Amino acid sequence: MLRYIYGSDLHKLPVLAASMFKDRADQFRTRLGWEVTVNEAGEERDEYDDMNPLYVIWENDQGTHGGSMRFLPTTGPVMVNDHFQHLTTGTIRSPLIWECTRFCLNKDADGTVAAALMLGGGEIMRGFGVAHFVGVFDARMVRIYRMIGSSPEVLGSEGEGHDRIAVGLWEFNTEAQAKVAARCGISPQQSQQWFEQAFGSSRTQDWAQTG
Amino acid sequence: MEQNYQRLDPVVIGCFQRFHPVDWKQLDWSAKAVRAFQREAIEYGIGNQGYSVPVRGPNGQFALFTVNHSCDDATWAAFTETHRRDLILIAHYFNEKALEFEPNRTPDFAQALSPREVDAMTLIAIGYSRAQVASTLQISEHTLRVYIESARFKLGATNTPHAVARALTRGLIVV
Repeated sequence: MLRYIYGSDLHKLPVLAASMFKDRADQFRTRLGWEVTVNEAGEERDEYDDMNPLYVIWENDQGTHGGSMRFLPTTGPVMVNDHFQHLTTGTIRSPLIWECTRFCLNKDADGTVAAALMLGGGEIMRGFGVAHFVGVFDARMVRIYRMIGSSPEVLGSEGEGHDRIAVGLWEFNTEAQAKVAARCGISPQQSQQWFEQAFGSSRTQDWAQTG
Repeated sequence: MEQNYQRLDPVVIGCFQRFHPVDWKQLDWSAKAVRAFQREAIEYGIGNQGYSVPVRGPNGQFALFTVNHSCDDATWAAFTETHRRDLILIAHYFNEKALEFEPNRTPDFAQALSPREVDAMTLIAIGYSRAQVASTLQISEHTLRVYIESARFKLGATNTPHAVARALTRGLIVV
């Protein structure tokens, strides 16, 4: 299932959280060779994890991490502005633009997990009025994004071939969302239910009548 | 304040440390004390519908912007659906204006560092020598000095370590 969870609540799902940070170490340090910090427990964490971001996590049936991504609004500190501004020709700052970082998949995750995460991104855009996601991605992700039908607009890039990294901008698009949903085989009702499980439903109860 | 309502109010609890907008219906109003609080709020003229936008400002600042109204659910749903993005933007503009009125806040905002200044200060903060910083940024040491001097001036710092410390504490650089 898809979990939406703020950093301050991660302790409520310790198995899921620990396996996410370990999978991030596996993906970013072991497989991609990025210079990330991995602690004694084998978990990759950075300063943005300390800023209480919102995580979208695919939870396997066993309660472990299948894939995840991390969101922060660009009104506060975000990677694109702190470290990649030379690629974007200026600061990106709007409450309607959230940064998506650390898109990570467990090494055994199948193609549907990435698509399910994208579906979760779509729920956030639709549910919270977010107009765009901005994020830094590497060459390897281009193929994955295309495969799940959610390719970003590239704002700027540097490097060549495998070393190429780019800053991309995603916007909500009903057609792309339908494609992503079909790809992961999750119904819109199911997806919405997971979203409401995390954030509450705005449809069922009447504030006035409960008083 | 006297009754510690801020510890009870589901709007405050549900929005603090968050950054997504919240319709009041999404919150948990079921506890007995909360229901009493809610009845009292309605007696004092609070409407039955609410939409709150948490604002995550610079340097860890937090604010909450709420619109409130009395109407039926369908009308409210149509209103928030149509105007949600405007409400989010209004919340942030209100917050920025409010911060401007607060004494001693304006200089922090006016003095944003340029991308190159941020790069230079960040590398110095992580312990690079000036030569290393210059070579990493592919600029001459002379040019680097210009960036450091400009950042130092903007930060109102007396020397480079002072400037690094100020940039860090204000969240202008992250190490």
